[in-house]
Amino acid sequence: MLQQSPFFQLYLARLREFVRQPARIFWVYGFPTVLAVALGFAFQNRPPAPVVVDVVSGPGVESLRAAVDAHNARLASSAEAAGWRPTIVLEVRPEAEAVKRLLTGKTPLVIDPDEGAKVSFRFDPTRPESAAARETVDHVIQRAAGRGDPVATADVLITEPGSRYIDFLIPGLIGLNAMGGGLWGVGFLLVNLRIGKLLKCYIATPMPRSEFLGAILAARLTFLLPDLAVQLGVGVFLFHMPIRGSLWLVVLLDVAGALSFAGLGLLIACRAATTETVSGLMNLVMMPMWLLSGVFFSYERFPAAVQPLIQALPLTQLVEGLRLVILEGAGIGRPEILRVLAILAAWTVGTFWLALRWFKWS
Amino acid sequence: MTIDANGPAILARSLRKEYPGRDAPVIAVDGLDLEIRRGECFGLLGPNGAGKTTTVEILEGLNQPTSGLVEVLGRSWDRDAPAIRERIGVTLQETHFPEKESVRELLTVFRSFYARGLDVDDAIARVSLESKADALLDQLSGGQRQRVAVAVGLVGDPEILFLDEPTTGLDPQSRRQLWDVILDLKARGRTVLLTTHYMDEAERLCDRVAVVDRGKIIAQGSPAELIARLGGEHVVEFALVEEAPTDPAVFTALDSVLAARAEADGYSLTVGEPHRALPALLDALEEIERPLARLTTRHVGLEDVFVALTGRHLRDDQESDGDAGRRRFRRKSRRR
Repeated sequence: MLQQSPFFQLYLARLREFVRQPARIFWVYGFPTVLAVALGFAFQNRPPAPVVVDVVSGPGVESLRAAVDAHNARLASSAEAAGWRPTIVLEVRPEAEAVKRLLTGKTPLVIDPDEGAKVSFRFDPTRPESAAARETVDHVIQRAAGRGDPVATADVLITEPGSRYIDFLIPGLIGLNAMGGGLWGVGFLLVNLRIGKLLKCYIATPMPRSEFLGAILAARLTFLLPDLAVQLGVGVFLFHMPIRGSLWLVVLLDVAGALSFAGLGLLIACRAATTETVSGLMNLVMMPMWLLSGVFFSYERFPAAVQPLIQALPLTQLVEGLRLVILEGAGIGRPEILRVLAILAAWTVGTFWLALRWFKWS
Repeated sequence: MTIDANGPAILARSLRKEYPGRDAPVIAVDGLDLEIRRGECFGLLGPNGAGKTTTVEILEGLNQPTSGLVEVLGRSWDRDAPAIRERIGVTLQETHFPEKESVRELLTVFRSFYARGLDVDDAIARVSLESKADALLDQLSGGQRQRVAVAVGLVGDPEILFLDEPTTGLDPQSRRQLWDVILDLKARGRTVLLTTHYMDEAERLCDRVAVVDRGKIIAQGSPAELIARLGGEHVVEFALVEEAPTDPAVFTALDSVLAARAEADGYSLTVGEPHRALPALLDALEEIERPLARLTTRHVGLEDVFVALTGRHLRDDQESDGDAGRRRFRRKSRRR
C-alpha cells in the first residue's frame, strides 16, 4: 500500500536524502546549537567590562588617577556595587595622539584634566559607550571632590532565570531556525530541483502535484521537531531557562510559524531558475526579519512609524508568541497568542495561495 | 471519443513555438509537421539550437505550443493529460537525480507514480544495472546514471519512450550499452522518439528520421532513403600540401564526382564510384602540382546528408559559418 503511495515514497526520499548527508545534519541541528551555546555564554551575567579611556598628559593627571584608583579600590571591596559598576582604566597619551584615537574610534573618550580645576571631556555623543564612559568618569571625579548623594538610592539587580538575556534569546533562535528551515528546506530545495531538471522529470509522470508538495511539507515538519527539542534542551539544561507555559502550545506555535515560512519559501521558489536569484530573494526576505523581528534585541527600540510593519512580519509574531508561552506562561486563551496564531495562519494561506497560482512547474 | 489503436503514436501539425525576445519574438519551432507510427524508433536530428528539445517538450506535454495541434496516442494534452502521462516515459537531458538515493530507491519512488508499470527490479534489469541496484547515485559513472535516467522513463512500462540526447557526453562503451537498451525496447514493439546530434546513432537505431534545422523539418525518411538522395554512396576526403587554398570547383568536373566541398582541414568529394574517381583525382592533383597530405574514403552517412542540406555540420561548433567564398560554393553544390 505505502509502496504505491507517491506521498509516502517522496516523503521517505526526503528523509533519506537528509540523514545520509552528515554535513546537512550539522548545519540544521549542530550549528544552531553551537550558536545558542556561544551566544548564551557571551551574554551571560558577569561583571561589566572596564571602561578604558585616554587621558591627555599634563599636570592634572595625578589627581585624576588618585580619584580613579579610589573608585576601583571601592569596587574591589564591595561585592554589591561590583555587580554592575565598571572599573576605569586610564591610558595617558600626548594630546594629538589621543584625539586621533578618538577620531578613529579606538577610544570612546578623551579626558583633558588640565590642572585639576576644570576637566574637559571630548567624545562623540552619538556613541552610547562614549556617553556612558563620560558619565562614569564624571561621577568618580565629582565624588572624589566631595559631592554627596542627597537622595538615597537602592539598586535591585534582576538575574532570575526567565528574565536574563539568554532567556530572551532562546525563543528568538527557535524562531530563526523555523524561518531558515522553511526558506531553505522548501524554497531553495524546489529551485534546486528545478535547476537539476528533476522537477520537470517528476511532472512528466502522472505524479499528483499535491502529494509532492505535501511530502515536502511533511518532511519539513519532521525536521522541525528535533530542532525545537534541541533548542529547548540547550535552554533548559544548559542555561536553566524555565518553560512556564504548555509545551504543546510551544510546538503548535513553532509548527504554525514553520508553515508560514514554508509558504514564503514556496513563493520565493515560484519562478526563480538560478541559484543566484533564489539566494538574492532569500536574503531579501530574511534580512528584514533578522534585523527587525526582535530576535537579538527588542523591536520596541525601532521608531513608531515602522512598528506596524514589524508587527506584520511572521518572525516577529512567532518569536513574540514563543516568549509569551515559554517565559510568561501564556495559554492559548490569551488574546496575544490568538493574534499570533491568526497572523501566522494568514501568512500561510496567503503565501500558499499566491505561490500555487504562480508556480512554474516546467 | 474513441482512441484508434492503429493511429499514429504521435501526430503534430503546424507546430509553432515563439518565445518573447528582446527585439522580435524568437521562433524555436516554425510550423513543424510530424507523424510517428506505433512501434517505430523515430529520430529527430539536428544541431544544437535547432528546436529539437522544444519540439520534444511540447510532445511530452512539458511545454505549450504557441499554435498547432498535438496528439499523443490519439489524445490531446488539453483534455487527457493524466491519461497520456500514464502511457509515456520521459528521459530528459542531464537530470540531476538525488545523489544519496540508491538506484532501487529512486525507481521505487518513480514507480509509485504509475498505476501500472514494471517491477522495479525488471526496470533495473532492462538497463543492465542489477549489480548497481543498491549503489547510491553519486557512486555511479556518467553512463550508468544515464541508464538510470532511461530506467526512470521505462518504469511505467510506457507505450512511447521519449529520449532527449540520451548519449551526449558518454564514452563509446556506455553509448553502445544504451543502444542495446533502445534496440531491446524496439524489439518489444514500443515506440521510441529519440533526439540526437550523433548521426551514427540515428543510422543504427532509427527506422525513420527527420532532420530539423531552424525550427523546421528539412528532410524526412529512413536513413537509407536520405542517404540515397545524395546520389553518391561514397565520400573521399583529402588534404593537400599547399600554401593557398584551391577552389574545390576544380574537382567537380572529375569522373564520377557528384559534389565537392572545402572543409576546415581539406576537401570532401561525394563520389559514385571510387575506383573511377580516385585515379582521376590523383591525375588532376599531379597536373596542378599539389601533393596529397591525407586521403581517406568512406560510405556516405547521415552527417553528409545534413551538410548537403544545410551547408553546416551537425555539431556546428566544429565549423564557424565560414568565409564567403566557401558559402558561395555550398550554394552551388546544393543546386547540383
